[in-house]
Amino acid sequence: MDSDAELVRRLRSGDEHAFTGLVERYHQPMLQLAASFVPNLAVAEEVVQDTWLAVLRGLDGFEGRSSLKTWLFRILVNRARTTGSKEQRSVPVADPEPAVDQSRFDGAGGWADPPEHWIEAAEGRVEAGKLAHRVRAWIDDLPARQREVVLLRDVEGMSSEEVCTVLSLTEGNQRVLLHRGRSRLRQLFEDEFREVR
Amino acid sequence: MRIFAFLNRDVVCQQAVELVTDYLEGTLSRAARRRFEAHLSGCPHCTEYLAQMRETIKLTGQLAPEDLTPQMREEFTDLYRRWRSEQQ
Repeated sequence: MDSDAELVRRLRSGDEHAFTGLVERYHQPMLQLAASFVPNLAVAEEVVQDTWLAVLRGLDGFEGRSSLKTWLFRILVNRARTTGSKEQRSVPVADPEPAVDQSRFDGAGGWADPPEHWIEAAEGRVEAGKLAHRVRAWIDDLPARQREVVLLRDVEGMSSEEVCTVLSLTEGNQRVLLHRGRSRLRQLFEDEFREVR
Repeated sequence: MRIFAFLNRDVVCQQAVELVTDYLEGTLSRAARRRFEAHLSGCPHCTEYLAQMRETIKLTGQLAPEDLTPQMREEFTDLYRRWRSEQQ
């Protein structure tokens, strides 16, 4: 994709393809993220529509101090937050859930039921699209705050600083949420390939 | 602090799996990182576990956004045109 500055220039100058390209790239992740904050998909869609309009209207104010992507997601999250919360957002970050079920360790904390191999089996299946919709569903099933962090960090490839900016999180909380989310996903990959054997 | 809890003893597997993200994020203290790596060097299961966490991150990062439907594409083109006409 073009540099942010170039893209913004094209958007301002009436290049429809620049806009549809941007929507193509970010609409779905924005929808997925918005769904985390609001009661249902219809509301999430409204929030995202509003966000796109706000993005266009705010283009002149975009100064490039953050990346365009961070700016987009920040507008989205602010709108989604003010639109209405789906659940108690004050749920503590540090839930006690372990990365791996404790039944898989022996009394001394060593593996009793060690991780099963699945990397080779999974390689290529996400790229080929066969696994992609399952992984998407797994992410959607994560607890909201973990989902938000995993979407931005691992799906969108943002830095921890950017994620903290977009979601108004401390570095420490962001890391805890990321850890829980990634640990759950790893377990789901393991379960997925254990079943097919 | 969980990090201090094992400074004076070896890391066990159950602790190691909780340190993986801090390790990958580079936020472990030097001493904690050494202990974590010392544990890995003697533990094939935790080495596998770390590789699986890396693979999880990699595979999650390969998800591409789904294509817009032609109808949505049209709606967004309209939205853009409306905004343009507001500008003029």
